[in-house]
Amino acid sequence: MNFWGYKRADGRAGIRNHILILPTCACGSETARIVASQVRGAVNIIFNTGCSDVQANTDMSQKILTGFACNPNVFGVVIIGLGCETVPHAKLREKIKSMTSKPVVSFGIQEEGGTLKTIEKAVRAARDLAAEAGLQQKELCDISELLMGIECGGSDATSGIASNPAVGELSDKLIDLGASTLMSESIEWIGGEHVLAKRAATPEIHNQIIKICADYEEHLKSAGQDCRAGQPTPGNKFGGLSTIDEKSLGCIRKGGTRPIVEVLNQAERPTKCGAIVMDTAGYDISSVTSMVAAGCNAIIFTTGRGTPTGNAIVPVLKVTANAQTFSWLEDNIDVDLSGIIAGDLTIADAGDLLLKKIHDVCNGRLTKAEAYGFSDIAVDHVCRFV
Amino acid sequence: MANAILLDKKDNVATCTTAATAGEAIKILGGGEIVCVEDIPIWHKVALKKISAGEKIFKYGEIIGEASSDIEAGGWVSHENIFSVPRDYASEMI
Repeated sequence: MNFWGYKRADGRAGIRNHILILPTCACGSETARIVASQVRGAVNIIFNTGCSDVQANTDMSQKILTGFACNPNVFGVVIIGLGCETVPHAKLREKIKSMTSKPVVSFGIQEEGGTLKTIEKAVRAARDLAAEAGLQQKELCDISELLMGIECGGSDATSGIASNPAVGELSDKLIDLGASTLMSESIEWIGGEHVLAKRAATPEIHNQIIKICADYEEHLKSAGQDCRAGQPTPGNKFGGLSTIDEKSLGCIRKGGTRPIVEVLNQAERPTKCGAIVMDTAGYDISSVTSMVAAGCNAIIFTTGRGTPTGNAIVPVLKVTANAQTFSWLEDNIDVDLSGIIAGDLTIADAGDLLLKKIHDVCNGRLTKAEAYGFSDIAVDHVCRFV
Repeated sequence: MANAILLDKKDNVATCTTAATAGEAIKILGGGEIVCVEDIPIWHKVALKKISAGEKIFKYGEIIGEASSDIEAGGWVSHENIFSVPRDYASEMI
């Protein structure tokens, strides 16, 4: 199977060709937003951190910023810094340049003499990049260039029964075709981690999966917190999910059945092909953010209660098997899988339908969240700001 | 008649795919019928037999929690009457 994508110098392929306006920190975010609004083809993210952080938080912020810049859906990058943040724009720019050959330029608000002067220069730079990006032709790419992130959010009981197994079927089909898939949300393995670990390709991977869950619980305990107090969420409970275990056993079904070949730290780029898992929060926005930083070029997202979420650089295709949710939130959900519950759509057929839908997205079809320009982002934190 | 789905033969709960009202029969996809003893919202679980406090709740053929109080056959199983049991991770390592 092939798709029409944008081949990048590092060998990966994008399914979009965005100019990313990237703030180094919260203080550059508004300027970045205005720059992106002035240039067709440019997108921005709002960054809530980048300053007053302990080292571990800075490390995470940097993984997200460099990961977004290197994501194959991005043609070029315009960085907007302030001047006194933890990692200033020139340093971030050089770091990104050491990781990718795509064009990267940067400006600092304090250096340039304020917001308006920075906007003027940055808009010119973004305009030039957008003009250049317009010349890049789509080429036929093998489906092995697809790294699809798998996410769920606003889950209810329909998620584990129908939409997650359907996405699991899609994941199996993609892996059999040579593509890779990435499932995250390790807190939502708890209670089902022994089932997920059975898919491990090696005993080491089996134990890594169990250890991630044990460590997650310990991490929260050290802050005096209990994951069972926040999971399931109030919405999950209202939707019929009573315990973290019940939620997890449904959640992990979206990863399919193929052997897990690699376990990643949060926002880390895979080194293997096939079914991959990543240690992230269950908070869907944060989990998608980390998978985009890892290089996913498309995201499939199951929901029961419904959600509008989207990402600035990677299309998020949303599916539900809850008929009421689809009809009530049709403007936010892309695919209706309620036929599975009604008994007139098999999981296997739903997998085929999703393969066609995600293939269309790879070829350029906009998801609903993408058409609206949604750009949700959340950067996970180890501890308080300082 | 309301509807529910049984996901595994080991399970002692089924998931309602329509809302059920007290006294209504629920047809279980995957086996049998049960009369519910209280109103159960759509997507919530019905107990397929009497579950005593301390007994494990099975869905997907796996343990999803433990009953905190007695639940009648046909009763509503929710976060109000079951809870998550801490994991024994060390025993899961190979």
